[in-house]
This record gives sequence, structure tokens and C-alpha cells, in this order.
Amino acid sequence: MKIGRVVGTVVSTQKHKKFEGAKLLLVQPLTLDDQPIGPVLLTVDTVGAGVLEKVLIVLEGRAAGEALKRKATPVDAAIVGIVDTVDVQP
Amino acid sequence: MQLARVIGDVVSTHKDDGLQSLKLLVLQPLSPDGRDTGKTLVAVDAVGAGVGEQVFFVRGKEASFPFYPTVVPADAGVVGIVDHCSIE
Repeated sequence: MKIGRVVGTVVSTQKHKKFEGAKLLLVQPLTLDDQPIGPVLLTVDTVGAGVLEKVLIVLEGRAAGEALKRKATPVDAAIVGIVDTVDVQP
Repeated sequence: MQLARVIGDVVSTHKDDGLQSLKLLVLQPLSPDGRDTGKTLVAVDAVGAGVGEQVFFVRGKEASFPFYPTVVPADAGVVGIVDHCSIE
């Protein structure tokens, strides 16, 4: 799993039927000191996250599909939590 | 998943049986502000997208799920057409 920040939303009418009702959010992955790292990802939201919130994302198909609670969903990234705090011991 | 623009299509007559009658699209991945990013790739189409449209696609084994239970030998698939996206 990775930590990221929600940076935007995507609206799509014509999409695969397994996506129906799913919210699509753009997430910028972050390092532990909150620096952007890597390309922005398109994820499905299963926890009700909003723009600018820090979130926990899974980047693997089976885990993302289980988060949506639908079998064989063509999805490879999902938001599975909203991060309150991260503590790293040096 | 990632945003992309469809920039072409691929015609292949001799191909794996699992790919028969599937449309193959050439995608240019995009950053959320619409700039080209990364290498172009070929993806199978599951939603009826066409050249010039902004889409989103999935990578990996999940690209074959729209055609379930048919097993499609694909590692990238278009699964939605973008109406609009907003970035903060």
C-alpha cells in the first residue's frame, strides 16, 4: 500500500459496468515526508475520501477489486483508508 | 489506472484466439493537466473508445476482466471514457 494525496476527480459516463456507482479520484503518491513521487494515479474510492485528503491506496488488482466488493472488476488501484497521522521513528 | 488519449488503432489479422474481434488502441498516457507523460502503449478496448478521446485504462491481469470468462492475453485495457476531470 502507499500513502497519497487526492488531487482531483474524474467523471466518466461511458465506463465498464462494474464501475457503476464508483467514485473516481486522482491521487498523487507521497513520500513519508509528503513530497510527491511518481505519476498521478486514477483510483476508485471506497471510503468516501475527498479532494486534498491524505489517503491509503492499494496498487494491486485483487486487493482493489475486493475493496469494491465486486468480483473480476477491471481495476488496479483503490483508496482503502483516509490517513489521520503517520508516525515514523527515525 | 491512468488517464490517456487514444492516438491510434492497431489492426492485426493473425493473432491469439483470445484477441479475436477485440479492438486494439494506441494510447498516450496523460498527466491530469493533459500533458503527454510516459511511453505509448497498446491496449484492448472494453468500452467502445475511439481515436482522439480521453480515456482511462487499467494495467495488468485486470485488463482481461471485462471479457470474463473469456481469457484475453492483454496487459492493458481501456475501461472508461472521460467526460471531464478536475484537478485542485
